[in-house]
Amino acid sequence: MIVEQISIFIENKSGRLAEVTQALGDNGINIRALSLADTSDFGILRLIVDKTDLAKNVLKDHGFTVNKTPVVAVAVPDHPAGLAGILRILDAGNVNVEYMYAFVERCGGSAVIIFRFDDHEEAIKVLLNNNVQVLEGERVYNM
Amino acid sequence: MIWNDDFETLPREAIEALQFKRLKQTLERVYATVPFYQKSFKDADITPADIRSLADLPKLPFSCKQDMRDNYPYGLFAVPLDQIVRIHASSGTTGKPTVVGYTKRDIDTWSELMARSFAAAGATSQDVIHNAYGYGLFTGGLGAHYGAERLGASVIPMSGGNTQKQMLIMKDFGSSVITCTPSYSLYLAEALSEAGIKHEDLKLRIGILGAEPWSEEMRAEIETNLGIKAIDIYGLSEILGPGVGIECIEAQNGLHIWEDHFIPEIIDPVSGEVLPYGEKGELVITTITKEGIPMIRYRTRDITRILPEPCICGRTHVRLERLSGRTDDMLIIRGVNVFPSQIESVLCNIDGVEPHYQLIVDRDGNLDTLEVQVEVNEKVFSDEIKVMQRLNNEIRKQIKDLLGITCKIRLVEPKTITRSEGKAKRVIDRRKG
Repeated sequence: MIVEQISIFIENKSGRLAEVTQALGDNGINIRALSLADTSDFGILRLIVDKTDLAKNVLKDHGFTVNKTPVVAVAVPDHPAGLAGILRILDAGNVNVEYMYAFVERCGGSAVIIFRFDDHEEAIKVLLNNNVQVLEGERVYNM
Repeated sequence: MIWNDDFETLPREAIEALQFKRLKQTLERVYATVPFYQKSFKDADITPADIRSLADLPKLPFSCKQDMRDNYPYGLFAVPLDQIVRIHASSGTTGKPTVVGYTKRDIDTWSELMARSFAAAGATSQDVIHNAYGYGLFTGGLGAHYGAERLGASVIPMSGGNTQKQMLIMKDFGSSVITCTPSYSLYLAEALSEAGIKHEDLKLRIGILGAEPWSEEMRAEIETNLGIKAIDIYGLSEILGPGVGIECIEAQNGLHIWEDHFIPEIIDPVSGEVLPYGEKGELVITTITKEGIPMIRYRTRDITRILPEPCICGRTHVRLERLSGRTDDMLIIRGVNVFPSQIESVLCNIDGVEPHYQLIVDRDGNLDTLEVQVEVNEKVFSDEIKVMQRLNNEIRKQIKDLLGITCKIRLVEPKTITRSEGKAKRVIDRRKG
């Protein structure tokens, strides 16, 4: 039920994002989803890619600081208040969302949202108990 | 104005005769009471009796800051603690400060020399002296305070910080002389201008500025922005505190060092050879009246030259050229001594942080700034911004706790800081040049 995300530390200077994406492209790695959090001095790029371990090694070889983090991919009904319903469930289950971002591809009739929780195991339990669809890693990497 | 005409204008021969007499007394006292000097004199195969004239001074061994650390805290005191009435300390590289003690007579001497310094800078008993040097272990605050009282001026014990209050008091109390660091005086000028207070609205006429190196360019800026005469003052806690030397307002060219209490020498910092007057090198000072902690041939690490030419002010004491730097890697940031090794120790104490760092010292407007660049490795990296900001804040807080100065932390990618073989280039000081 866990999706592996890689995060990359990037200084706020020109060309760094291009360097990351180029390095991945050169090694045949496809980016499935991404989010960039930034401050005035640095940014943290979070990626879901089709080949997580390869991506991590490639970027490390290019001198980047890279970490792997477990995140959860949730199928969110694609209609008004679809996301609100899921967030209410999480709130009721006392699960904290650290951050979240959307997937480009859809899964059936649903949108896919990547969630980073403080406690992903508890979050998955709460979601499944409420009949929310949680996607397997393999499925997400190859969407 | 000359505060003490009897001593400040002594003919050369009289100064030297007095120096020799006082040197002999000091040497005999330290040789009898301070184990450190007994040992260092014996190691150099010399006794006080071998010093038969001032020309013999270079035969004596040097002392240095490390000797003070090795004898921490009271090992170099030449009198029992019950005769010490005041203790000051300065920041040290390893967290241990260097400690100095003053007898009642030392405090009296210090007050006299600071009063002389105030008078040389043009201050009088009519002045309201706004003392913005920090009060506390640092010698600046209390040193200037006692001198201002001795002068008979009205002293406002402001201490540092709280610029809004400084401005209010300066305006309402009619401060006419300010004592602070040169960079703070410029910061104050900016703050005054932002508050819409013109220097014509103030009574300020003299700034007595020290505790960090500054340039003639900076003097010009301070004098224009604050509408004052800016006077350079020199001192170091190991020797006395502020008031070791001062520019006279008449010449504003070189700092008179009070030769009836100190003997200055200039040495080649590498060979230790004494250099003739006029040549640039490391300043070495011997105290010849201090009781609490006399220092023999103390290596100040300050680079200057001795200017022996007579001064238009009438004082006969030689002058030191404006200090042009330090012999070691110490940084003076907003008047605070900062060693790269101190920053390194902070970083090393934070879990996961590696000591790959660089210090960027600059001047923003007129205030010294310090940026600490720290490389981010996998151990400290997180996908969450708040975790990274916590790391940033933790480093900044620990540096503030240790050094008392606020700095900016910049987290950088690995290997962005240039690696060097041998001695790392830890500091980029953009204030120079």
